[in-house]
Amino acid sequence: MNDWLEKLGEKVFLLLTEMGRVLMFLGQTLRWTFSSPFYVKSVLKQMEMIGVNSVPVVMTTAISTGMVLALQSYTGFKRFGAESLIGAVVSLSMTRELGPVLTGLMVAGRAGASMAAELGTMKVTEQIDALTTLATNPMKYLVVPRFVASTVMMFFLTILGMMIGVTGGYFVGVKVLGTNPTTYINQSIDNTQVTDIWYGLIKALVFGAVVGLIGCYKGFTTEGGAEGVGKATTGAVVISCMLILILDYFLSALLW
Amino acid sequence: MAMIELIDLHKSFGSLQVLRGVDLAVEKGESMTVIGGSGSGKSVILKHIIGLLFPDRGKVVIEGQVLNDLDEFGLNETRKKFGMLFQMAALFDSLTVWENVGFSLKQHTKLSDREIRKVATEKLALVGLKDVEDKMPSELSGGMKKRVGLARAICMDAQIILYDEPTTGLDPITADSINDLIIDLRKKLGVTSVSITHDMQSAYKISDRIAMLYKGEIIEIGTPDEIRNSANPIVHQFITGSAVGPITAE
Repeated sequence: MNDWLEKLGEKVFLLLTEMGRVLMFLGQTLRWTFSSPFYVKSVLKQMEMIGVNSVPVVMTTAISTGMVLALQSYTGFKRFGAESLIGAVVSLSMTRELGPVLTGLMVAGRAGASMAAELGTMKVTEQIDALTTLATNPMKYLVVPRFVASTVMMFFLTILGMMIGVTGGYFVGVKVLGTNPTTYINQSIDNTQVTDIWYGLIKALVFGAVVGLIGCYKGFTTEGGAEGVGKATTGAVVISCMLILILDYFLSALLW
Repeated sequence: MAMIELIDLHKSFGSLQVLRGVDLAVEKGESMTVIGGSGSGKSVILKHIIGLLFPDRGKVVIEGQVLNDLDEFGLNETRKKFGMLFQMAALFDSLTVWENVGFSLKQHTKLSDREIRKVATEKLALVGLKDVEDKMPSELSGGMKKRVGLARAICMDAQIILYDEPTTGLDPITADSINDLIIDLRKKLGVTSVSITHDMQSAYKISDRIAMLYKGEIIEIGTPDEIRNSANPIVHQFITGSAVGPITAE
């Protein structure tokens, strides 16, 4: 029993220590985000890598989700004659919930992993130390552009995801299942308010910050050689996805 | 006043005590080499000198300035006096050779890309390289990477150059050419050098003085000849590379 408690205590202590380190890393990142010099070119390059290059995967996920959502809602709603509400369901789900969450998960899997692998390799090959010896702050030069790009691009990718998802739902609802297009569109517009879209976009900003922060943190704390980089990459994806799902509940409760 | 002074340096990582009161002074223009076994803390000393690590106790003084007392800005200003050649060169693999060499100039001066490239080409010529400006680090051999790393280290006209195992991983001929380059650069630029190595041939060739680090302390310091003729059994065993003696293999 004592052994078991000791092990549990050790695990909790390690978890709290790690959380403290991540928060300190966030503090450092925010501090350097708002102080000069500003590496605008690096931010733009990261926006391309994190944002533009994620467009295909986000589009595929969003259109498939929108289409499936319409199909499944139709099956359920038809049983009590509420097929006309498919538009509202797809549009509300995509804006408030699925748009930001699925975009977050996809970007965490693609860009978060890539950030951790790139920075982790730089860490184990002493490139991050080399930056410091060249009187350049690695937080400022490497972390801030990725953090800013991830946060900003998640916002725009989520808008894209919402639009594509809703379009996919419309296509299935109207063209495949034969719902009246005017009813579908009216139901969607009437039941989706601007605040619903904003709630989704606030979530997107938080998820973007999480992906950037965790990807960079895991990269910066990589130890060992190739194995360490592998662990950092896996860790970045797993932790980012878990945090997105956990924070999604709290944000949904907060933005009710 | 010594260019670099390490005073009573102590450093531990968790329960592992690596440095146990290191005292070392390097004069201006001198070439000092720290020798010692793998894991003896040589790299830790080098990282303290340039402010990559900070001591648990003791201090690092660079030209009279205590490194521990400096803020981020002060530290970076002091770091501009340094150039460091890393063991595996640590070139930025997303940048071309000239961008690597001119990195400091890009960050800390207002020079245009064309001017930076011109300076980088000059520095590359100084380390015996030409027509490699547009190559990526992955296209270079180990020896060439070290030369590019050295060109990067001297690009901002550093006063102190730190060498982390400069000949490790190179064939004997390339290793000797790097030794010659270190000597040549010191003559041309008049820089102070601190090297760490366990390659004794290199240590004898490039050093004015050699210090031996053992169990976290400097146990002997002297000219290459003094070290070669040392009566200390630990030093003697290390420089002759014998498996028999007071030092046991890990």
